[in-house]
Amino acid sequence: MANFTLRVNGRAQTVDVDPATPLLYVLRNDLDLHGPRFGCGLGQCGACTVIVNGNTVRSCVQPVSQVRGEITTLEGLSANGTLHPIQQAWIDEQVPQCGYCQNGQIMTAKALLDRNPNPTDAQIRQGMAGTLCRCMTYYRIHAAIKRAATLRLASLPQGRPEGPSRDEVQS
Amino acid sequence: MTTRRDFIRTSGFLVVSASALPLELVAAQAAGPYPDPDFRQLDSWIVIRQDDTATFFVGKTDLGQGTGTAFRQIMADELDMPYEATSCVMGTTDVTVDQGGSGGSDALQTDGYPMRRVAAEARRVLLDMGSQRLGVPVGQLTVSGGVVSVTGDPSKRVTYGELIGGRRFNVTLTGANTDATTGVAKLKTTQELKIVGQSPQRYDIPPKVDGTAKWAVDAKVPGMVHARNVKPPIAGAKLVSVDESSVKGIPGFLRVVTRGNYVAVICEREEQAIRAARQVKVNWEKPAAAPFPSSENLFTYMRSATPTFSAPPVATGNAETAIAAAAKVVEADYEVPFQGHVSLGPAHALADPSNDQLTIYSNDMKSYGLRNGVAEFLKIPRDRVRVIWLEGSQAYGRTAADDAGFEAAFLAKEIGRPVRVQWMRNEETAWDTKGPAYTIKMRGGLDAQGNLVAYDYDARAADHNHLGYNEFDTVLIAQLANQRKAQPARGGAATPSDMYVVPNRRMAVHVVGLPLVWETPLRTGNLRDPNGPQVTFASESFIDEVAAAAGADPVQFRLKLLTASTADDSGFKRARSIAVVKAAADAFRWDTRPSPKKRDSGNILTGRGIAYAYRNQTVVAQIAEVEVNRRTGRVWVKRFVIAHDCGLIVNPEGLKRVVEGGTLHTLSRALHEETRFDTEKVTSVDWTSYPTLTHADTPERIDVVLVNGDPNPNRPDLPHYGAGETVCKPTMAAVANAIFDATGVRLRRVPFRDARVLAALKAANV
Repeated sequence: MANFTLRVNGRAQTVDVDPATPLLYVLRNDLDLHGPRFGCGLGQCGACTVIVNGNTVRSCVQPVSQVRGEITTLEGLSANGTLHPIQQAWIDEQVPQCGYCQNGQIMTAKALLDRNPNPTDAQIRQGMAGTLCRCMTYYRIHAAIKRAATLRLASLPQGRPEGPSRDEVQS
Repeated sequence: MTTRRDFIRTSGFLVVSASALPLELVAAQAAGPYPDPDFRQLDSWIVIRQDDTATFFVGKTDLGQGTGTAFRQIMADELDMPYEATSCVMGTTDVTVDQGGSGGSDALQTDGYPMRRVAAEARRVLLDMGSQRLGVPVGQLTVSGGVVSVTGDPSKRVTYGELIGGRRFNVTLTGANTDATTGVAKLKTTQELKIVGQSPQRYDIPPKVDGTAKWAVDAKVPGMVHARNVKPPIAGAKLVSVDESSVKGIPGFLRVVTRGNYVAVICEREEQAIRAARQVKVNWEKPAAAPFPSSENLFTYMRSATPTFSAPPVATGNAETAIAAAAKVVEADYEVPFQGHVSLGPAHALADPSNDQLTIYSNDMKSYGLRNGVAEFLKIPRDRVRVIWLEGSQAYGRTAADDAGFEAAFLAKEIGRPVRVQWMRNEETAWDTKGPAYTIKMRGGLDAQGNLVAYDYDARAADHNHLGYNEFDTVLIAQLANQRKAQPARGGAATPSDMYVVPNRRMAVHVVGLPLVWETPLRTGNLRDPNGPQVTFASESFIDEVAAAAGADPVQFRLKLLTASTADDSGFKRARSIAVVKAAADAFRWDTRPSPKKRDSGNILTGRGIAYAYRNQTVVAQIAEVEVNRRTGRVWVKRFVIAHDCGLIVNPEGLKRVVEGGTLHTLSRALHEETRFDTEKVTSVDWTSYPTLTHADTPERIDVVLVNGDPNPNRPDLPHYGAGETVCKPTMAAVANAIFDATGVRLRRVPFRDARVLAALKAANV
C-alpha cells in the first residue's frame, strides 16, 4: 500500500492503496465517484472512461500510480449545477436505454468535441468507434453529439444558430 | 419495527425522485422481517402526500426502455394528477406488490391494467371524499390536476393532498391475483386519456447523464467485502482441490469458499479479489467426454442428433402432397448460432446478511423470483429475504436467471458479512445465458401462377435444459454446487408467427441437447424475444426466396399472402399486418420490382429488403437498405424504415427509441455475433472474440413509422400492446433479403461477417 494524491474534478484527494490498483476501483470504491463503471477490465469497451489532462483514459487498465494530472469524471462535467452542453444534448435527444455505458459515450464525446468542435459524420463514427453500447443507442448518440456541437458553437460570439434535431430533419 | 408506511412517511426523497429507493435510507431501514405488500390494499399501490404529490409502487422493473415513465403516465392519467407531481418505485420486494418483475414485453400489455385500475379507484375514492368535503354530489364535481372542484364554481375546491395527504385510503381491492387487481371504478376511455400519447422525457435519464443515478453496481454497505468467482477452465471439470496458500499472502485476503464445483475468493477490496481469483491455484479434473462439439461442427451435430423433444406438427391441408404437385419447389436450410446476452455490465449483486435477514441489492429484472429463489436455495424463510431493485446494465433476459444474486447471497450467509460479487468480462461473455442455436429446413411449392401453395417448416433448436426464472435449482451456482433439479427442462423451439395464408402448411419443431447438460457455459435462456430472430430469419428469408422464384416483388408477394378481411380475428390481424407492411413500403418509397436488382457496377453494391413479423398482437415491418462492399465483404445498413403497430401508444418518443434499439441490437446479431467454442470451452471471452455492432456500423438514417392502426373505423381503439421484442424478429431477414437484392447472393447462415460474405460473393463470382 502507498499514498497517492489525485486531483479529481478540481479537488485533491489522497488514497492509500496498492500502486497497481486500477484507477477505476479507486474512483469508485475510495472516492465514491460512480460515473465510471466496470465493463471489461481490458480497456476494450470504454465504460470506465475518464478524462486526464484532456485525453480519454480507460481507468480499468490504468494503474493509480501512473496517473499524472487533472482527472475529470462524469460527475465533474457540470459546473455550478449547470449541465455541460453534452449532457444537456444527451437529455434532449433522450439517448440512453439502460445507460450503463453512457459514461464512456459522454466522456469520449467530450474529448472528441474538445479536439474537433464540429465533427463530420465520419469523424464521429471514427472518434467514437471504440466505445461500445449494448443497447445500441449509437444512432441517438450521433444526434446528441451534433446537437452538442451546435449548442457549443451557438454559445460562442460568432456562433451559428441552433440547428434542427435529428427528428426535425427527418420529418 | 419500521413499517413500510413509516418509511414512506419519513423518506421525503421519494417525493422528488426516483426510480429506486435511496440506498442509505434503505440500509438504515427496517431490520425485517419483510412480509409481502398486500396487493388488495389500495395503500400498497399509491401514496398521496399533503404537498399534492403521489408515489406509485409497482412490481415491475425498467430495463432501460422507459417503462417507469410510462407507468407514471398511465397512472397519473387515470388518477387525474399532473405527471410532474408523481414518482414511481419499482420492483423492490418489501415495498412494491409482486407483479413478477419484467419480461415478455408485457409491462403495459398486461401489468398496465391493474396499475390503471388502482389509479382509477383512487380517483373514485377521492371524488367521494371531495363530495363530502364540498357538500355536493359527485355528479356535480370536476376533477383536474389533482384538484376537486364544484362544476361551474371553481372557487369551491379541495386538493387531493388536502383530502388524503398523510393518511391511508384503507380501501380493499379485489382480484384473484395481482394482474386481476381492481376496485369498482371504471377505466377511462382512450379519448379521455390526456397524458397517454404525450412524450414526457424519461425521469431516469438526467441522473444517468450527470452521474448521480444509483445503480446496483454502486450499492455499498458498511463492512462490505468483495468476491470473485473462479470458473472451471473446462466445461464439466470437477474440483479436486484448492491450494489456499497460493493466495494467502495477498493483502486483504479473507477466504476461498467452495461448494461442489463452485469456487469463489473473498477479499476486503475489489482489486484484491480480482487478483486472488486470477492467482489462486485450483486443481481441476478434466471430464472424460467432450462437453460439446466445436462451434464449427455445431450445425452438423444438431442435424444428426436425436431430438430430446419433438412437438406434434401444426398442419393445415397437406404440405407434402402439395409440394409433390407444385410447379416449382424451393428448398433452403438456415442456421443461427448461439448468441450471448453479453451484457456490458457483467453480472453483479450485493447481499447483506445483517440482523439475521438477507437484503440483496440487485438489477434483477425479476426481483421477486430472485427473492423466492434465494429463500429456497439457502433455506431461509421468505419473509427474511428482500430484494432491493436498482438500475442495471442491459438485461434483455439475462437477469431472469440472476446468477450473481444467488452467489452473493450464498457467500454472505457463508461468511456472515455483506458480500458484493461481480463477474469478470471473460466469465460473462463465456458463461452467461445464450439464445438457442437453430437449424431450420424450409420447403415451399409454387403453382403455375406463382402462388405459394405449400409451406413446410422444420426447425431444430439447441435448447435442451432451457433455464427458468431464478429457479433455485437451475441457476449456475445450484448446478455447480450440486443442488440442481433432477430433470432438465424440456426447452422449446418456435414456429413463425406471420399471418400469411397458405393452403397447405406444416410446421414441425424439435429440441436437441448438447452432450453436457449441466454446468455448461452453453446454457440457453431468454435473450430478447428468445426464439424470434432465429425463426424469423428463416421464415422471412424463405418468403423472399419464394418471391424471387416466382419473379414477384417481395412486398407485393407478402401482401398477396396477407389476404385482408376483418371478418374474424385472424382476418383482423392480417388487416393490421397489411397496414404495417404498406406503411413501411410507403415511407421507404419502395419501387415495385422483383429481387435481385440489376447489380451495380462499382465496388459498393446496394439493395433493399423487407421482413415482417407478428408477436403477441404487435406487428412490425422493417425495410433495410444496404451497401455491400464487393472487395471486403463488409455489409453496412445505410437506412432502416420500421413500421410498428403496438396499439395505443403511451409515449411515442420513448417508443421510437425502443424500436431503434431493438432493431440495432438484432442488427448486431445479424452482422457480428456468434458464440465460438472448441470441444472444451467457450472461446468467446471478450469484445475482440465476441465482436458486436459499433458506432462505425450505425445506419445513416432510421425512420420509425408508428402506425397504431386499427384498419376498421367501426372498432374501438386498440389497447396498449407490448413493444420491445417484436421489433427484434424481422431484422436478420430484412438484412439478408437486402444483401440478396444487392448481390443476388443468398446468405442462410448468421452472422454475416465480412469474411463469410466475401466468400459467398466469390463463390458466386460477384
